[in-house]
Amino acid sequence: MDNVYSCFFSDMGFLNVAISLIIGISTLIMIRIFYVIYWSSKPRYSKPPGPLTTLIVLGSGGHTAEMLNLLAVMQMDRFKPRYYIAAATDDMSLQKARVLEDSLIKKAEVEVVGTSHFLQIYRSREVGQSYVTSVGTTLIALTHALWLMIKIRPQVILCNGPGTCIPLCVIAFFFKVLGIRWSSIFYVESIARVRRLSLSGLLLYKLRMVDQLFVQWPQLKSKYPRANYVGRLM
Amino acid sequence: MGESHDSVKSKRIVFVTVGTTCFDSLVRAVDTQEVREALFKKGYTDLVIQMGRGSYIPLRSTGEDGSLSVDYFTFSSSIAEYLKSASLVIGHAGSGSIFETLRLKKPLIVVVNEDLMDNHQSELAEELAERNHLFCARPQTLYQTISGMDLGSLVAYQPGDATPVANFINRFLGLNDE
Repeated sequence: MDNVYSCFFSDMGFLNVAISLIIGISTLIMIRIFYVIYWSSKPRYSKPPGPLTTLIVLGSGGHTAEMLNLLAVMQMDRFKPRYYIAAATDDMSLQKARVLEDSLIKKAEVEVVGTSHFLQIYRSREVGQSYVTSVGTTLIALTHALWLMIKIRPQVILCNGPGTCIPLCVIAFFFKVLGIRWSSIFYVESIARVRRLSLSGLLLYKLRMVDQLFVQWPQLKSKYPRANYVGRLM
Repeated sequence: MGESHDSVKSKRIVFVTVGTTCFDSLVRAVDTQEVREALFKKGYTDLVIQMGRGSYIPLRSTGEDGSLSVDYFTFSSSIAEYLKSASLVIGHAGSGSIFETLRLKKPLIVVVNEDLMDNHQSELAEELAERNHLFCARPQTLYQTISGMDLGSLVAYQPGDATPVANFINRFLGLNDE
């Protein structure tokens, strides 16, 4: 009699422990996520930090021009090493970034060797690609993004619009949650977005995966109060 | 507002640009007799069309018969020189194209391509038109826009400045040495 009951209770006990463990760990993760979201929106360092490893996500056309405008007025010796990432199918953006870096070297504002790197990443989806094959390419893109993020582990991420930044920002967010690397993520919405945020911007804003989001028109600031409006970049 | 006096005969060039896009409806609209006549009446002498990936080919004309001279090409590695020598620019709604033209302080008519799937581009053109930095039109309304435009009503666009964003980022990261 005792054996039957003790068997029954130890089975229940095991299940209880397993369930308690799952609930406990989930709760801890939820608390950690809220902690990360809360502290992400606060100024990061109380004393000036040393040089910060920076990831810069470039997109096609107008996106790149705006990002380069921003980089031109930033103190490059505080943001190094700099990793520029562009989509594999985008040839122009990395080229333009190289031109910017070369001009900085000429102005003797940066060291010559080793502070800037240029990388390409697979795109989740090309324009017009079928949604069925997009699942596969998105998985490949995510794996590639994870690999790059593990190698780079940036402390600062600058992006301004292209879909290429989403996998990187999502992975950066999880690195924060898991304590692998804390990064400050800045997203500048394109000047072409006057009344609505882009899909990338909207995702990062709603999911609170961006530390600070910048918009370039006052209408967007009214619509998205947590965004920052500090004028236009172009 | 920014005319070039390079040419001896004092040409007034209208430069039409579609960038790397295919924008047949704009090229067609510009190539109609009524638009060419409207431009000629406004004192323009030459029409140069950068037609990009479009399939509609305009008709070249020397303009010796007392009308607009018309020429076209598909792409150029840099349209900066064409923009600089233009007295009027009619362009697509790409933000790079718009700001490149506004930086040169050229009168600009932005034509929105309604065939595009996701037309968020029109937001920028409409906002800048509301602020009187350029004129905004559709291919079908281009003629009315040209006939009715008053270049004197245009206000120069003050270029933006990325420094406030950089300063904000610096403050957030505790990088200011104050």
